[in-house]
Amino acid sequence: MYGRKVKLRFLFIAIAFITLILSAFLVLKSLEENVIYFQSPSEIKLLSELDKKKIRIGGMVKKNSISITANEVKFIITDFKNEINVTYTGAVPNLFAEEKGVVAEGFLKDKNFFSATKILAKHDENYMPPEVKAALKEN
Amino acid sequence: MLYSVIGYYSLILGLCFSLILIYFSIINFRNSKILDTKILSFTFLQFFFVIISFLCLVLSFVFSDFSNETVFNNSHTTKPLFYKIAGTWGNHEGSLLLWLFVLTLFILIFFLRSKNQPIKYKILTLVFQQIIIIGFFVFLIMTSNPFNYIYPTPEEGLGLNPILQDPALVIHPPILYLGYVGSSIIFSSVLAATTLNMISKNWASHIKKWVLISWFFLTIGILLGSIWAYYELGWGGFWFWDPVENVSLMPWLALTTLLHCILVLEKKLILTSWVIILSITTFLLSMSGTFLVRSGILNSVHTFASDPQRGLFILIFLFSLIFLSLFIFFFFHKNNENNLSSFFWLSKETAIIINNWFMMYFLSVVLIGTIYPIFLDVLSSQKISVGPPFYHKLIIPFLIPFLLIMAIGPKLKWIRSNLENKIYLISLLVISILLSYLIVKNFEYNFLINSILISSALYLFFMNLRDFFIQKYQNISQNISHFGFSLLILSILFNNLFSTEVITNLKVGETFESSKTKIIFENVSQRTGKNYESIIGNFSIQNSKGKVENFLPELRIYNQPNIVTSEADIKTTLISDKFIVINLVQNQDYFNIRYQVKPFMIWIWLSVVLISFGGLISLLKKKYEK
Repeated sequence: MYGRKVKLRFLFIAIAFITLILSAFLVLKSLEENVIYFQSPSEIKLLSELDKKKIRIGGMVKKNSISITANEVKFIITDFKNEINVTYTGAVPNLFAEEKGVVAEGFLKDKNFFSATKILAKHDENYMPPEVKAALKEN
Repeated sequence: MLYSVIGYYSLILGLCFSLILIYFSIINFRNSKILDTKILSFTFLQFFFVIISFLCLVLSFVFSDFSNETVFNNSHTTKPLFYKIAGTWGNHEGSLLLWLFVLTLFILIFFLRSKNQPIKYKILTLVFQQIIIIGFFVFLIMTSNPFNYIYPTPEEGLGLNPILQDPALVIHPPILYLGYVGSSIIFSSVLAATTLNMISKNWASHIKKWVLISWFFLTIGILLGSIWAYYELGWGGFWFWDPVENVSLMPWLALTTLLHCILVLEKKLILTSWVIILSITTFLLSMSGTFLVRSGILNSVHTFASDPQRGLFILIFLFSLIFLSLFIFFFFHKNNENNLSSFFWLSKETAIIINNWFMMYFLSVVLIGTIYPIFLDVLSSQKISVGPPFYHKLIIPFLIPFLLIMAIGPKLKWIRSNLENKIYLISLLVISILLSYLIVKNFEYNFLINSILISSALYLFFMNLRDFFIQKYQNISQNISHFGFSLLILSILFNNLFSTEVITNLKVGETFESSKTKIIFENVSQRTGKNYESIIGNFSIQNSKGKVENFLPELRIYNQPNIVTSEADIKTTLISDKFIVINLVQNQDYFNIRYQVKPFMIWIWLSVVLISFGGLISLLKKKYEK
C-alpha cells in the first residue's frame, strides 16, 4: 500500500483538479449567459431574428433627435447608414449630447425601436468608444 | 525647457547606474564577505537621479512649460496649483515615472531596513530589482518619454480631464502605486531566496513586513479610488466591476492570499512553492494592472485613452519576467518543507488553505471577466462586455463557505485541533441565523441566498466581536481585519437590499411626488469657479416622515477641456447616505435628476479602513517586538 504522504498528495491533486474543472464549468456557463454583445444600427438591420438578450448599441446621437419628457428620454442612434430609435428611462451621463458618441445598453423591441436600461458615460470630450469608432470606420 | 533637459538626462543617468549596479553586484556576489559600500552609494545615486527627474516633471507642470508634450496634453494655466502638481501622475508617462521613483525608493529602504540578512541574498534581490528597474527605464525612455518637446511651444495646454481634478484622485495613484511597487520587492526577494535556497521561517518573518506594507497601501489605494467613483461619477455606486477596478482588485486578492500563506510558512514551514508562485503572481498582476489602465488597452467607462502601440514592449517585458521567474522556480526551488505527515484536517492551516482556494477562484473569475473581452476582440473582432451579473453570480454563492471558514478558522489551533468546549460556536450560529431571518423576512425575491449570506456574515461578525472583548487570542490585528471584513460584507448587503432610487426629469419649479418622497426643484443659481462655471440646482426633498432637507447638486462646465461634470450633493449620516445628482440634457429645459437613499454607505468605507488598520497594527507590533 502507499504511505500516508503519497495518499495525501494524491488527494490534494484530485481536489485541485476537481475544483479546477468545476470552476471552469461555472465560469464558462456564466459567461455564456451574462456576456453583452455590441452591435451597430446597421448590424441590427441585418439580423434575421430579434435577439431577446440584453445588447449594447453604439453610434452617434443624431442631430435634433433628443426629446425629453418627465419620464423618459428619446433619441436616435445613427451610424450614418442606418438608425434606431431609443427610449430610455434613467440617469443620463454628462457627456450625452447630440452629435456625440453614445453606447446604450438594453433590449430590442423590434428592428427600429430599442428600449435602453443604461446609457454609458464616457468621460472625455475627444473620446469615442472603440466600438463606435470601429462601427463608423466600416461605413 | 530646462527642466525637460535635466529630467531627461537624469533618467538616462539613472539607467546607467542600473548597469553599473548590476556589474558591481556580480563582482561582489563572488566575493561576498562584506557588502560593497559602492552598491549602497550607487543605489542611493540612482534614487537621487530619479527624484531629480521626477521633480523636473513636477516643476514643468507647476510652471506650465508647454514645450513639454506631457504638460501640454495634461495641463492648463488656469488650473489650480494643487491639480497642476497632481497632473504629474494623472497620465501614462508621469505615472510610469512615479512607478520608477517608488521602485528605486523601495530598494533603498530594503537595503537600509534588512541589515541582518545574508549579503548574497541582499545582492541578488538588488539584481532582480534592477532588472525590473531597467525594464521601466527603457520603457519610459523609448516609448513613453515624459520629456518630449513640442516646437513651436503652444500658448496653452489641453488641460486635465476635470473628473480627475479631485482631492481623492490626487492621492489615489501614489498610494496605490506604493502597494503595487511594494510587491516588486516581494518578487525580487522571493526570486533571490529561491535561488539561494534560503526560504525559511526567518525569511518569512522578514518578508512579511513587505507584504503587510504593500497590502496596507493597496487596500487604502483601492478604497480611495472607490470613494472617488462614488461621489464623482454620479452613479451612486462604489464598485462597478469595471476593468480598471478589476485590475487593482486582482493583485489585492493575490496579495491577501500571500499574506495568509506567509503566516503559515512562518509558523510551519509548509506551502513554500505556493508562496513563491503567489509572490510572482502578485507582482505580475500589479505591473500588468498599471500597464493595462494607462495604455488604453482596456475598454473602460473611466477611459484614460491613449494609444495601444506600447503594448508590444509591455508584452515582451512581461513575458521575459514570467520566463525568468519560471526558470528560477523550476531550476532552483528545492522542497525542504516539513514533513506532510503531521497534517490533520481540523487545523488552522487547513482552514487557511481552503480559503486560499476560494481566493484563487475569485481571482480567476475576475481575471477571466476582465481579459476575456480583450481576447475575443483580438481573435474574432467581436465586441462584448462582461457585466456585474457575471461576477455576482460566480462570487456571491462561494462567499458563504468562505465567511464560515473565516469565522471558524482562527479558533482552530495549528497542526491539530478539536472542537471541544466550543458551545458558543453553535449558539452564535443560531443567533446569526435568527437575526438574518428577522432582517430579510419581508423580501420576496432571493430570500434564501440573502438570508444565508447575511447569516454567515453575521456569524463572522459575532465571532470577532466576542474575541475582541474576551481577548482569549492575542492576535488583535487578525481580529480587527476579519471584523472589518464581516462589516464590509454586511454593509454591502444591506446597502444593496435597502437602497432606493428615484430617477426623473424635472423643469425648474416642478415637483416630483411618489408615496415615499417628494422632490421640489426650487430654483437654479450660477457661480464661477477658477476654471469652471457652475449651475447649482436647489432642491427640497421631503421623505415619508415629512422631514424636509435641502440639497444643492452642481453641474460644472469646465473651460479647458470643455467638459461638463456633475458634482453630487451627498448628505452622510451613520445610518444612510442621501445622494442627489443632476444633469442637463442638451438644449432642453429638463434636468435629469437622480436621487438615491443608500443605507450604511459610510460603513463600507469605515470597514475597509478597519481591514487595513489590522494590517498596520500587525506591522507595528512586529517592529515593537524587535
